[in-house]
Amino acid sequence: MIGSPDLVAFTREEEDEPAMRVSPGLPEEYSVPLFPYSEAESSPWSRLSGAKFSRDFVLISEFSEQVGPQPLLTIPDDPRVRGTFDLNYFSLRIMSVDYQASFVGHPPGSSYPKLNFVEDSKVVLGDSKEGAFAYVHHLTLYDLEARGFVRPFCMAYISTDEEKIMQQFLELSGDFSKASDCLKTGNRKAFANELEKKLKDLDYTRSVLLTEMEEQQKTDEKGFYTTQAIEKANELANVEKSIIEHQDLLRQIQSYPYRNLKGEEYQPYVPESVQDKPDVCSSELAAASDQEENDDPEVFAPRSSYIPKFIKAKSSKCFDKKLKTLEELVDIYFFTQTIDLLTSIEKRYRGDVSYLLMGHLDRALLDQQTIVNFLFEDASTWDCKQVARQYSDNLLAAQTGVEAEILKPSTSLESYKSSVESVPIKIEQELFNDEQDPEVTELSASDNPANTECLDVDTKGSVSSGESIEVLQTEKSTLLIHSESQPCLGFNTSPQPPRRKAGSRRTISEDSIEVLSTCPSETVIPEDFRATYQIAINEEEAIVEDLDREQSSSEVDPFKNEEAENNLAMEPPCCIRSGSSEGQTGDLVPEQYDEGIVVSIPPQPCKNIVQDFGQVKFSIEHVENTSSEPISSPESSFLLSSKDAERNMLDEYSDSTSYRSSASTCSDRTPSPPPITTFTDRQKRKAGQNALMFIRQYPFSHPAIYSLLSGRTLVVLGEEEAFVKRLVTALSLFVPNYGHVAKPVKPWVTAPLHIMDFQKWKLIGLQRGVSSSGCNTLHSLNRYSRYASILDADNKTLRCPVYRGALMQRLADHRTQIRKGSTYYMHVQSMLTQLSAKAFLFTFCHHVHLPIQEKESEESIAQRRAAFLHQLLGLSQEDARIVEYLSELLKMHYLRESGTQLLPVLRFDYIPSFLYKI
Amino acid sequence: MFRWLLGGKEPQGGAEKTRVLNIGEEQIQNPYTELTALKGHHDIVRFLVQVDDNRFASACDDGSVMVWDVQTGEVLFEFNGHTQKITAVAVFPASETYHMKAELILTASSDRTVIAWDCESGQQWQKASDFHSTVKTLLGVQSLDVWLSGGTELRVWNRNFNLLGETGFFSDGVIFKIGTTAAGLDKWDISQIKCLSGHQDIIRTVINVNELTFVSGCDAGELIVWDALDWSVKGSEKNFPYIYAQQDSPPENRFLPTQDEVSIQHLSSDGECIYVAVGRGIYVYNLHTKRVIAFQNNAHDSSIQHMANIPSRQLVSCSEDGSVRIWELRSKPQLQAESVPAGFFTMWGFGKSSKQSNQTVKKMNENGIVASLELIGDLIGHSSSVQMFLYFQDHGLVTCSADQLIILWKEGKRESRLRSLLLFQKLEQNGDLQPRYSLH
Repeated sequence: MIGSPDLVAFTREEEDEPAMRVSPGLPEEYSVPLFPYSEAESSPWSRLSGAKFSRDFVLISEFSEQVGPQPLLTIPDDPRVRGTFDLNYFSLRIMSVDYQASFVGHPPGSSYPKLNFVEDSKVVLGDSKEGAFAYVHHLTLYDLEARGFVRPFCMAYISTDEEKIMQQFLELSGDFSKASDCLKTGNRKAFANELEKKLKDLDYTRSVLLTEMEEQQKTDEKGFYTTQAIEKANELANVEKSIIEHQDLLRQIQSYPYRNLKGEEYQPYVPESVQDKPDVCSSELAAASDQEENDDPEVFAPRSSYIPKFIKAKSSKCFDKKLKTLEELVDIYFFTQTIDLLTSIEKRYRGDVSYLLMGHLDRALLDQQTIVNFLFEDASTWDCKQVARQYSDNLLAAQTGVEAEILKPSTSLESYKSSVESVPIKIEQELFNDEQDPEVTELSASDNPANTECLDVDTKGSVSSGESIEVLQTEKSTLLIHSESQPCLGFNTSPQPPRRKAGSRRTISEDSIEVLSTCPSETVIPEDFRATYQIAINEEEAIVEDLDREQSSSEVDPFKNEEAENNLAMEPPCCIRSGSSEGQTGDLVPEQYDEGIVVSIPPQPCKNIVQDFGQVKFSIEHVENTSSEPISSPESSFLLSSKDAERNMLDEYSDSTSYRSSASTCSDRTPSPPPITTFTDRQKRKAGQNALMFIRQYPFSHPAIYSLLSGRTLVVLGEEEAFVKRLVTALSLFVPNYGHVAKPVKPWVTAPLHIMDFQKWKLIGLQRGVSSSGCNTLHSLNRYSRYASILDADNKTLRCPVYRGALMQRLADHRTQIRKGSTYYMHVQSMLTQLSAKAFLFTFCHHVHLPIQEKESEESIAQRRAAFLHQLLGLSQEDARIVEYLSELLKMHYLRESGTQLLPVLRFDYIPSFLYKI
Repeated sequence: MFRWLLGGKEPQGGAEKTRVLNIGEEQIQNPYTELTALKGHHDIVRFLVQVDDNRFASACDDGSVMVWDVQTGEVLFEFNGHTQKITAVAVFPASETYHMKAELILTASSDRTVIAWDCESGQQWQKASDFHSTVKTLLGVQSLDVWLSGGTELRVWNRNFNLLGETGFFSDGVIFKIGTTAAGLDKWDISQIKCLSGHQDIIRTVINVNELTFVSGCDAGELIVWDALDWSVKGSEKNFPYIYAQQDSPPENRFLPTQDEVSIQHLSSDGECIYVAVGRGIYVYNLHTKRVIAFQNNAHDSSIQHMANIPSRQLVSCSEDGSVRIWELRSKPQLQAESVPAGFFTMWGFGKSSKQSNQTVKKMNENGIVASLELIGDLIGHSSSVQMFLYFQDHGLVTCSADQLIILWKEGKRESRLRSLLLFQKLEQNGDLQPRYSLH
């Protein structure tokens, strides 16, 4: 569809196109007004010359208690984007907005500090001098070290276009809320971990103090208290008070109302995070070690050596210490997800506002066309759910690279110790990369989600089992491995497509069940740390009933056992993106592994089970929710579908995903050009370009296209596969779909054709063989020649019925002025939409098919039908045949959709064919 | 170079080849413009029987029998009781007089069993297994509520598989299928079995023309018309290809036809004429004039497997060459032999033969050829020999083939109309014209 943005190009005056200026016949109201700006270099897109940045970006900044407002990061992370725009100044502006900062302190009547759960605030503000307008989303994160335990942050979407922000405010607000929720969830998790660690430290400190005091008492046999002893006692009292306070904080943070977790865009899966287990295990360690200030920035460093520290009575001065960075404040898993989300937000909104509006209109219109749009529209628009799925697929693929980029500096990989065991794992993952993608994606393609899950998981499991075995061999603490690879999973899965998400969730849950059942030597959970796991339980309360359902279903699940056997079944998500992130995964695993030897896991499985079942639910909801999301790349699977049409449409999606993900892994070092759009654009352009070439090169393109549109199978015969496939790609543009499945296009066949092939495929690339089997091919083709038009690619001949209509002239004019593939693609789309509209009219006009009077003869209805086609719709004989064919497709599609069982049929006409030569 | 594109068949018989009729791609009168290929069997599908208006059964060489819905193409039942290939299938219709609601399908197999299947429940109804030889033919006689099995012996059974009678062995040259013929007569009785000899060779086929006449044909190419009341021979005709084919074939092609070419493959009748499939040709024998009135001696590329008359005076034949052809008997305008309409690409190929037929006509008139059998359409879908077909009044043709497929041939226009009707029904059911909103 050509929208107003496409017209913008015409609003510019250019010297070389004087014809544009004089538009003679066009009435005033239809002509496109010329762009008012007179400067030669001004683009119609840049409305405000005052802006110092060229395109929209997302900014995260913080109101630091030490240095004041400061920008933290921008998305995209490219200095060119923001140009000379003063981020510091703008941060000051946006952070200075009166924001009801949450206060955490000692409220009256309570002896303990109290956490406030503050709602985010959303404002739009603009700086007309700077030419910058921003949607600003304020939020607070908890930090044990910060004043009042809170640190105010804000995320802002900055654009030069005020209107865009105002018009998209609701959408922006919704999207940013998701990102904010994701960030805050991760922060709560990290905060709880931090608290636990602190508690352990305090606990340890207390025990050290106690022993010291005892020793003192022993040495001081006289029994009176020295000042030293009194000091110690005071200190002890302080420590104990502190313990109580922290426990209270922990309780508060854990009781956070998880009200709106459902339907969020990120996966609320809280991995048994990097921080958790070490803490648990450290309690067992109980090893004495040197004291140092806790809460150092090493939270994400390997905590294999983490041992409770002695806390000195006096904490360091506020301004001496280094505040935690954002990455440290938020659980790494959630942090990456947030970044993903923000990246996708930036992608979604960065275009001109008219694009966004046109997109909305497009989708709204397409929604109303559900009866006909399956014919020619792209697969992605057929079904909102599928779209959403695909969208997130794209997201996943597109963002792997970007995300990795962002992650790398933040996770400080260098600090990770790589252990010996990590090496094989790493290698395995690299291997999986290549082989597993297609498998997984293929399997995830079934229509039945549950089924898919099973299959999916099954494969994953079987493939990844190699890894677990690897680990098993090196170390006997297998349990640890299971649970510890989960964070790795989480880390990797952030923008997963919901479907697969569900699959991997399930996997994890199975995994943890496995852990539960096989755990041979569970250690009793220390009462103190019980609290840790309540986070998860709290989170899950809302969805207990789903849990049950899920659980029962998973018990019925025939694959369960297999899954359980394959411990490391959460592999595939890693694989999908491992091209870029395997470094991290590889490092994460060993890092946890080091301490794993001493870890006691028992509580985790329970937690995971609960959680994971819950999250299956989430992901399902997610699917429904995102259906209303804008789709940035609806065309993406168009050509892929023709490439691999024997699979069903869902296959297609995953297929394209895998393709794209592999593509993005190649280009992940350069996040600035968005992989999705370029990819689909390129595909569209290519399809259009190929079609244009075909039309220009072959004078008989009209009958060929007529064959396709009228449902007569077109066989492209040739010796060279690539050439045939290119022709097939070009022509697949014109093949109507049967229904919500792939285009009936078979790009390459070498076996002799059978009657079933004609029933199934409408465009076939056939090998002209030289061998004896090749003769066979031709023989069968000859036999069935009445069902097919034959385009001989080598001899440049076409044998098909004659076309005398008028439609092709417009659809495929070989003298067309259209030069660009994408433009031609749009042209074809609009023509075909017109055609489908006619088919719709024809199909659903009551009187054309049903008798008006009683006992009206069949002939008179047929006459009326013909008159309708020829006079009312103005179609010639051949064009009418096209509409009739489309109408049959519409009928069958509608009937199938409404539950009627219909056979696939091959319709044909006994029409003589002609041989066209160049 | 584009020989393969021209629609001609692969050469098989050399020069004779070009004389096979070819209608080309333009078949205005051929109503079958929609097909559905059904894949269910895994071996040659040899028999089709019509169960009722909407169902048919197919029997396969692997011993399986399937019951299909001709409208939806669904497999309703699959019967797997035989261990070897099916040799005969018959339907024992439901009859109210005998308190039998469901149709039975009788299947005979090389494993020397006959099984009756209940078409309502899909269960096996009865089984008989004490045959001395393979049962080659089965026939249900509704009026007497008995069925017959014929192999080397003829047996008569009632519905519950009680043996009512048995005859001894037949030898070659006599009509061992007499039961199937005579059964058409109401006064059939086991005692009336007569051995009729008159044929010189194995009798391939027997049909019942009306209550008074039946016709048999044998491998030697001899056709005998019998009187059903007194079992007398009313007429006979021999050597169809021999008489007629040689008259119009070029001299170089005059060679004695092989047995395959003269044997009577199948017979069918519309009450007035008997259509005789001899080898690859079709001959029309008029019962009144006792003459052949029309013929096509190269109707197919190879032997005709099955032939039947369908309403509207059309004849359908199927052949080993994988095609099904539809013929129409038209009385010939005198001396104006307009041959079969030829398609664009077959023009050159047919020009010669149409000249021939012009000459032929003159001769034929002397020979009593007063009509022509015109090809009005051919159905090409099967890749191998078409074994049999069924005609459904409301659903078109069903063909089965050695390529393991069953193809439903339907009239595209009617199907389109039916779909429209169904569509508006559904629209009404769904309330309005935008039901897709609720159909996600």
